[in-house]
Amino acid sequence: MTRLTYREAVRGALREALTRDPRVFLMGEDVGSYGGAFAVSRGLLEEFGAERVRDTPLSESTFVGAGIGAALGGMRPIVEVMTVNFSLLALDQIVNNAATLRHMSGGQLSVPLVVRMATGGGRQLAAQHSHSLEGWYAHVPGITVLAPATVADARGMLLGALADPDPVFIFEHATLYPLEEEIDERAEPAPIRGAAVRRAGTDVSLIGYGGSVGKALAAAQLLAGTGISAEVLDLRVLRPLDTPAILASVAKTHRAVVVDEAWRAGSLAAEVSAQIGEMGFYDLDAPVARVCGAEVPMPYARHLEEAALPQAGAIVDAVREVLERHG
Amino acid sequence: MAEFVMPILGADMEAGTLVAWRKKPGDAVERGEIVAEVETDKGLIEVEIFTSGVIEKILVEPGAKVAVGTVLAIIREEGMPGDLVPSPPAVSSAVPSLPPSVPAPAAAKQLGPAVETARRRVSPAARKRAASLGVDLDAVQGRGPGSAIGLEDVERAAAERAATEAAAPAARQARVRQTIAAAMARSKREIPHYYLSTTIDMQRAVAWLGEQNLKRPITERLLHGVLLIKAVALALREVPELNALWMEGQAAPRSAIHVGVAISLRGGGLVAPALHDADRQSLDALMRGFRDLVMRARAGSLRSSELSDPTITVTSLGDQGVETVFGVIYPPQVAIVGFGKVVERPWSVGGAVVSHPVVTATLSADHRVTDGHRGGVFLAAVDRLLQDPDRL
Repeated sequence: MTRLTYREAVRGALREALTRDPRVFLMGEDVGSYGGAFAVSRGLLEEFGAERVRDTPLSESTFVGAGIGAALGGMRPIVEVMTVNFSLLALDQIVNNAATLRHMSGGQLSVPLVVRMATGGGRQLAAQHSHSLEGWYAHVPGITVLAPATVADARGMLLGALADPDPVFIFEHATLYPLEEEIDERAEPAPIRGAAVRRAGTDVSLIGYGGSVGKALAAAQLLAGTGISAEVLDLRVLRPLDTPAILASVAKTHRAVVVDEAWRAGSLAAEVSAQIGEMGFYDLDAPVARVCGAEVPMPYARHLEEAALPQAGAIVDAVREVLERHG
Repeated sequence: MAEFVMPILGADMEAGTLVAWRKKPGDAVERGEIVAEVETDKGLIEVEIFTSGVIEKILVEPGAKVAVGTVLAIIREEGMPGDLVPSPPAVSSAVPSLPPSVPAPAAAKQLGPAVETARRRVSPAARKRAASLGVDLDAVQGRGPGSAIGLEDVERAAAERAATEAAAPAARQARVRQTIAAAMARSKREIPHYYLSTTIDMQRAVAWLGEQNLKRPITERLLHGVLLIKAVALALREVPELNALWMEGQAAPRSAIHVGVAISLRGGGLVAPALHDADRQSLDALMRGFRDLVMRARAGSLRSSELSDPTITVTSLGDQGVETVFGVIYPPQVAIVGFGKVVERPWSVGGAVVSHPVVTATLSADHRVTDGHRGGVFLAAVDRLLQDPDRL
């Protein structure tokens, strides 16, 4: 076991992939000389050379499209997009090409592309660098959408994504890069299907992903002090959602609080809530609650940004509301 | 539109708890189909419907205890247009307005089912658990958010009920006892009984039965009880005034002959569910029906029509070895026929005394409806029919 940061774990997985498979290459804005906007790829240019660690122009549509082309041509490209906000410029390539080609070609074309991007707020980077738009990607059939929340998943899911014959999008919550955990660096690639119970509990299910998992765990810790046993379910994979795991947890606790940093309306939290309503209705003992981001463009000021994001305290409050008892 | 109401499942039933719906709005129902389950002192009863059509609206939720006659659901009868088909305006304009002399309470009562009462806040999980535990949600106090009833409240109510029942294990039996007490007291208070008794030679019937049963596998063997039931049913065709119900001060004759058969329950008490159209059923069908009734009566799963339909009762205490039973009429029926044990007794045949199996048949009948003469004719008919078992 090795103690690593999330950032180091992603870098380690990239190095492992570049070493093991000559078809793998990394491409994106500032991934080479600068070492990546979040310093994930620092040192890789020196180690693997400019052929395999490629800086690109500031044109998301171009280099994501180039990644799709390379994947169609037999390569195993890993494309880094600096933040999810910028990825909107590549939506046409992603939604109209990457997600569709296998289906439109009757299975003849394969796009084994991995796209990594940073997501989420909490770093005072304001309204053009801080949003959580991964729920939009989770809306699109034809791609797999991952949100690793632990250091082990940051490494393992990237390796798992590379083994998939279809496009996989990995959303790395930017506040997680300094997170440190003990992991097994020789572990097998992690499955890119299925949710994981991060803490077992009996009174309420806290359902979240990515940057929200840590907050849910912190809330569960606070609740445990008051005698409330909260289960924390890390969705891990946003598309396809692990509906059986969601329903199993709700069947056990009878209450659900869905935590999602994205805006509430039309969010992934809305989809999770709807699935519980559709398929878990008779297990519910209280209305499903959601703790989501405030419906504003992300504010810059620290106190406003904190107020706009789900925090452990708000999760605790929501749990108390669904568990409220009189007499 | 037709109304599906809480049926009377016993002479003294005033209310029943709707435990579950077998149908939901929009479902088609056929006359005779089981649509709901109702809990009464006699156990869980499957309630049948007597109108074919489509369930338009359900008015009573599972768990609610409502009075007999309460409308449980509205049925759109076959051939009637649904909501989606607008009724021609001429029809509504042709409806005369109510005369002003109609008292307000009556009008309000007619509107009753349409008035929405505030829906109680019950969590889906609590509603499901309450149904499975048989907890009456009306009696549960909600302590959840907004005073909603949650799982914890239902489970507490069930635990409290279990504690009460454990403290008084005979509570349910006591209720059964009370029901019987009320019906029998009413019978003895209101019905002027007269009693007739006759001894019937069972030589031919017993011999015939022995012969028949030799040819049958054990599971299809006939008991002599079904011969008695069939003979009673056929004799009623000859004396139809005994097949009636006393309602609103007079006897209402019944064309169908539904024989209630008294079945003692293991925990004490008894029920007398109907063998429908007993005069028209074969002995085999009656035997199957009787076995089924006994099994379900003891399992507590009789159907509503079986409890409310009998037009006469047959009781037999023969198993216990008594020779004569003087029955008490089960209101609103007007007669009860009793049979004792079939016993070997000296019997005079053509001047010689021989040993024959015989049975004592008694009739208790309502003197407001029939007189001893007609009762005698009836018992004589039963005797005559039993002498020719091949034709039963």
